[in-house]
Amino acid sequence: MNIFVILKQTFDTEEKISIQDGKIAEDGVKFIVNPYDEYAVEEALRLKEQHGGTVTVVSVGPERAAEALRTALAMGADEAVLIASDHPDYDEFSISTLLAAYFRDKAFDLILGGYFSVDSGGGQTAIRLARLLDIPHTSAITELQISQNKATVIRDAEGDAETLEISLPALFTAQQGLNEPRYPSLPGIMKAKKKPFLTLDLQQLHLTDAEIAPRTTRLSLSLPAARKSGRILQGTAQEQTSELVNLLRNEEKAI
Amino acid sequence: MGNTYVIVAETRGGRLRQVSLEAVQAAVLASRDEDKLIALLLGHQLQEAATELARYVKDQVMVIDHPDLAMYQAEAYLAALAPALDQLQPHTVFFGHTAIGRDLAPQAAAHLNAGQISDVIAIAQTDDTVSYTRPLFAGKAFENRKFTASPQIITIRPNNITPAQPTPAPAEISELTYSPSPSLRTVIKEVVSKSIGRIDLTEAKVVVSGGRGVKSKAGFQPLEELAELLQGAVGASRGACDAGYCDYSLQIGQTGKVVTPEIYIACGISGAIQHLAGMSQSRIIIAINKDPEAPIFKVADYGIVGDLFEVVPLLTEEFRKVLSITS
Ligand SMILES: Cc1cc2nc3c(=O)[nH]c(=O)nc-3n(C[C@H](O)[C@H](O)[C@H](O)COP(=O)(O)OP(=O)(O)OC[C@H]3O[C@@H](n4cnc5c(N)ncnc54)[C@H](O)[C@@H]3O)c2cc1C
Repeated sequence: MNIFVILKQTFDTEEKISIQDGKIAEDGVKFIVNPYDEYAVEEALRLKEQHGGTVTVVSVGPERAAEALRTALAMGADEAVLIASDHPDYDEFSISTLLAAYFRDKAFDLILGGYFSVDSGGGQTAIRLARLLDIPHTSAITELQISQNKATVIRDAEGDAETLEISLPALFTAQQGLNEPRYPSLPGIMKAKKKPFLTLDLQQLHLTDAEIAPRTTRLSLSLPAARKSGRILQGTAQEQTSELVNLLRNEEKAI
Repeated sequence: MGNTYVIVAETRGGRLRQVSLEAVQAAVLASRDEDKLIALLLGHQLQEAATELARYVKDQVMVIDHPDLAMYQAEAYLAALAPALDQLQPHTVFFGHTAIGRDLAPQAAAHLNAGQISDVIAIAQTDDTVSYTRPLFAGKAFENRKFTASPQIITIRPNNITPAQPTPAPAEISELTYSPSPSLRTVIKEVVSKSIGRIDLTEAKVVVSGGRGVKSKAGFQPLEELAELLQGAVGASRGACDAGYCDYSLQIGQTGKVVTPEIYIACGISGAIQHLAGMSQSRIIIAINKDPEAPIFKVADYGIVGDLFEVVPLLTEEFRKVLSITS
């Protein structure tokens, strides 16, 4: 099976966000593979172990995103492709157009991605890609089984579990609960250094700047107002709960 | 002549969703008087919902009613929606940022070659620009965005934009046909519905959340009771989900759902940064935790230091008393 995983490098979820010169500051930030994409990598590796084939990981991003791809290689992926883009303003339209150009001449059975990225969180890119490639997709899957030319998946739809059958090639996005991603092993990390790593640019994908010009643009950035530290209620549990309900009713007018 | 603004509305359990009325209001906020507002409703047995929707939409409600659309299915819904969009040539299309909207909107965006701004929480119109506010990092930061071209696609986060008010006269309702293509590559085999009769977490006005401090599946029972009394929903920290006390679909935080209820009650949740990202924009935050040093107290409006198994049932009793006096 020819399995591809599209992944994004994101800030570690532990990071606090600060703004510098109208941009999100990246100094000293720790970067990780987007947690949802990590489930996708893990699922691809399990499918390969079961059915054979190759796993190729693909990312659109700046140079530093190479590190996320190397992590995926160290987990066990076979090849990595970085579509180099230092353009911070690319939106999901741009990124999905780039990815579609990459996939156009590829033979693939399966493309996996994450449900959304924990930074910009739009949840658009993978689904757009499926449309652009005219393949079926299911988002937010918590289970995936392949037999012959069919995938059976369970989709999480606001808590409902839907079982769907889809013919391949298809694209799926991973929801939490799909699997428990492995850590890269030391030999894995050593081997990753020798695995094929391809870097592509716009020209190599036969795209012009105009064709991927973003359809949306950022006007400004802000941080949420810090919440004021509240009140710790005093007295017995009975007194505290009674006071709380009183406050919610008479001061907050919330009930 | 004005432009066409389309709202793709949805139902849940046969009823029009609140977020769809918020999406109608979003269209009002983003458009001008001369523009046309048209709502599309996809599904099956939609008469009641369509009549309801027509009270809020200025110009027209178009219904695509077919048994095959009774349940959301990505390919079928796009096959039903795309011809309608091709016909209407909309300037902007609004969806709820729901399980359906999150999946259908990007498909529509790709179909129309359009930009999309997801998870919008506020809309402002100045002279010649409409700006859309949305969270980054699940709410650790916010950005304002605008479109540089049309058509434009938007998804609206539930519970943030005030729902539309009824219009002076109900809109006209018309039907569009849908003929399923035999070439669909997706088949729905089975649905296990756990959400029936429940309020969706992201739309709930009250969220009662449990963390690792709840200690077991059964430990969620008192939280369920409190949520039910307040007509709210139950949520969880990742700690509780990882421990298997509840489903991942309840997880709130940077890698889960973002909620903005009127009242958020965190029980036995420490307040990790990833969790805070998902609930800090709630109007009132209440924390119940036995550790006075727990970081959750730093964002809580009201804190109770104590054992949740003692405090939550007492709290439910207190609410019950007050609510029974009023009703
Ligand atoms: C990549 C990544 C993504 C993540 N995303 C998320 C996310 O989206 N959402 C999320 O929530 N977490 C997320 N986390 C996990 C997060 O870092 C914390 O581990 C998690 O939120 C902790 O859950 P908790 O507060 O329930 O558990 P704990 O931190 O163990 O806290 C339990 C709390 O319960 C209190 N307690 C115990 N018993 C009682 C009692 N009887 N009465 C009252 N209080 C009691 C304790 O004092 C303690 O404060 C993520 C982590 C990573 C690495």
